[in-house]
Amino acid sequence: MEATLGLWLTILAAGVATFLIRLSFIAVHGRVIMPDWFNRALTFVPVTVLSAIIVPELVMTDGVVNFSPLNARLIAGIAAILVAWHTKNVMVTIVVGMLLLWGMQYFFG
Amino acid sequence: METPQSEFFGGVRAELPLMVGVVPFGFIFGAVAVQLGLPASITQAMSSVIFGGSSQFLAAPLIAAGTPGALLVLTVLIVNLRHALYSASIAPYLEKLSPLWKGVLAYLLTDEAYAVTIAHFQQKGDAKHRHWFMLGAGVTLWTMWQLSTAVGIFVGAQLPPEWSLDFMLPLTFIAIVVPVLKHRAYVIAALVAGAGGVIAYGLPYRLGYLVAALAAIALGLALEERWKRR
Repeated sequence: MEATLGLWLTILAAGVATFLIRLSFIAVHGRVIMPDWFNRALTFVPVTVLSAIIVPELVMTDGVVNFSPLNARLIAGIAAILVAWHTKNVMVTIVVGMLLLWGMQYFFG
Repeated sequence: METPQSEFFGGVRAELPLMVGVVPFGFIFGAVAVQLGLPASITQAMSSVIFGGSSQFLAAPLIAAGTPGALLVLTVLIVNLRHALYSASIAPYLEKLSPLWKGVLAYLLTDEAYAVTIAHFQQKGDAKHRHWFMLGAGVTLWTMWQLSTAVGIFVGAQLPPEWSLDFMLPLTFIAIVVPVLKHRAYVIAALVAGAGGVIAYGLPYRLGYLVAALAAIALGLALEERWKRR
């Protein structure tokens, strides 16, 4: 992939957008009170956006749903979900997930 | 009596313990982004220009998949929208500062810098130079984020693609999402978002995940509301 002008401008625009969000209330200190539903909606953002991106990556192979027990990413992903649930530890989750993926790729790949 | 220096280094010291969590993420981000095929320059620029961990993690696979720029910016915007809450919460303490100070501190306003700074600002006592504390915390985080990204880029570029290191990205997401699923409204929202992401996968411009996430947010809010009333 090339670092095209378009890509640079996209990163710049994303950076400016993020900066303006952070500057918003600091710059215009008007004590604006956010509606309650908006604050609550924000708490759902990380969970939903990440899930909408992760799940297709685990369940689909080349754009097609693949529930095969030989789908290494699906099995390693499910195991990682269980590990994350029990340990709540980021590094343990990543290590177990990677080891399972490598193991399955080695034996079935 | 606190001086600007004592406040600044107070901020540095308060931020340092958080680096245990930040540095591995910066490293993984750099390594995964180059494994996904992003140029090293763009990867480092994401850490310095956007400077927002979870939004960078989301943007990397989207860039690799050729997502249109406008949709990418919109996604980053939605994911970083929570920083508006930090901005509102910290604004009263920065009221008297010059526009330059406000600009610099706004740029440095991340989850980790906010966490230690708001705790310090809410303490009683001498508040004259407290903005230096936030500068110290923010600069520490910024420096470590850039360095860990750079090391990640360097290491990631040496490793062969057969190692499937790009899989660390969904694993990192899982490790972030799963412990947050405390209430059943969040569990259902996550499941609906995931299923929706698969069903809407074929939508043009990779709009699918955004449509799925927005629908799941609306459903989650409605369920939470309903269960709260009973």
